[in-house]
Amino acid sequence: MSLSRAFFAVIRRDLVLALRRRSEIANPLLFFILVITLFPLGIGAQPHLLQAIAPGIIWVSALLAAMLSLDSLFRSDFDDGSLEQILLSPHPTSVLVLAKIIAHWLVTGLPLLVVAPLLAVFLGMPNHALGILLLTLLLGTPVLSLIGAIGVALTVGLRRGGMILSLLVLPLYVPVLIFAGNAVQMAGSGLPVDAQINILISILLMALVLAPLPVASALKMSIN
Amino acid sequence: MKPCGSDCLLLDCHFYVMRTKSTYSLVGTGLSCIRDDRVLFEELAFKLVSGQVLLLEGKNGSGKTSLLRILCGFREPDAGEINWCGDAVKDSQFYAQMAYVGHLDGIKKELTVLENLKMSVALSSAGQYSIDEALTKVHMADYDDVLVQALSAGQKRRLSLARLLITENVLWILDEPFTSLDKQGIALIETLMTEHCANGGMIVLTSHHDIDLHGVDVQRINLS
Repeated sequence: MSLSRAFFAVIRRDLVLALRRRSEIANPLLFFILVITLFPLGIGAQPHLLQAIAPGIIWVSALLAAMLSLDSLFRSDFDDGSLEQILLSPHPTSVLVLAKIIAHWLVTGLPLLVVAPLLAVFLGMPNHALGILLLTLLLGTPVLSLIGAIGVALTVGLRRGGMILSLLVLPLYVPVLIFAGNAVQMAGSGLPVDAQINILISILLMALVLAPLPVASALKMSIN
Repeated sequence: MKPCGSDCLLLDCHFYVMRTKSTYSLVGTGLSCIRDDRVLFEELAFKLVSGQVLLLEGKNGSGKTSLLRILCGFREPDAGEINWCGDAVKDSQFYAQMAYVGHLDGIKKELTVLENLKMSVALSSAGQYSIDEALTKVHMADYDDVLVQALSAGQKRRLSLARLLITENVLWILDEPFTSLDKQGIALIETLMTEHCANGGMIVLTSHHDIDLHGVDVQRINLS
């Protein structure tokens, strides 16, 4: 009872904080939109080429936008000591950390889902692939937040952890990129994508169960 | 009076809720801390029971904060062990019965005073005083809807100390609690500390100031 109260209190607090510093929501979203709108300008009047690479563009941009937003996950809590208080809570740290990751996804991942259909149409993606694109983003972006959290937790104590963070996290993002990009591509050609979606679901479930524990231990190390 | 032990933890909780003075104990044996090949302290031992204060003294860099962080579990001691009510800290109810105010305030400047305190209660459990009572006690009754970034350094410190009153705890771990407080603030915190000890609580603190606690058993350890 009181654990669920703490869980929702953490989510609520992080959402309120995000609303009060809006740039945290706006930055990754703006980045996502800008990168995608720049591609047609760079490639020129080749709609077929654009259509063919649209799934890749959207997914790579989503991945980079997620990377960009990662640092905000624990940075301010680390700097002002809130993280110490979370670690000292009698509740399991992994559960409280999961609440923080969920709030982070709601703030940085979910907005991508809202604008993605618009951008997909903009790139000329066929309509029947839109649903699958949204589904892959819905399953994939939480994985980016969960895996990214492990990297941030390990590097939050370092003053310049940005480079190490990308090196740590990007290789782990690759499977999501491959299966999600491939699913959207296949859906565009009218082929079945059950296998890719099932794999994405299993990756998400695995990350959901396995990520919070190492995040909690890594934070304990970083706070030292 | 029942002394606490592994077999009567539930009873202890019950006693505590009734504000009966059950006996808690914090015992450190053979503690040592080595930082960057420098021995900060070695073979340090102390025993603290309900109603007592442990005051850590010493020069800057003598390991006062390191010792407090070891007590909190943020650092592992290089040797020795800490027991709470006879059990190793990890196997005991330690984290449900302690509160820590460190160098970092652990409060969010984008949240209001009230939101910050509610979060603290959600992370542990409600204690002796309600949020309103605690704010009145630290002379900040009219500030509940003020954003923390509008507060002065001394007010922030009072706010982080108010957290000690609203959460359920026996042991206070305070790192330089008097920093940036004025004379009245210092007197106020000393009164709160005296009350806490009279109610069967215990306190470990570091301070450059001389503390003036009437009728409280103060142990001193000089780390220099």
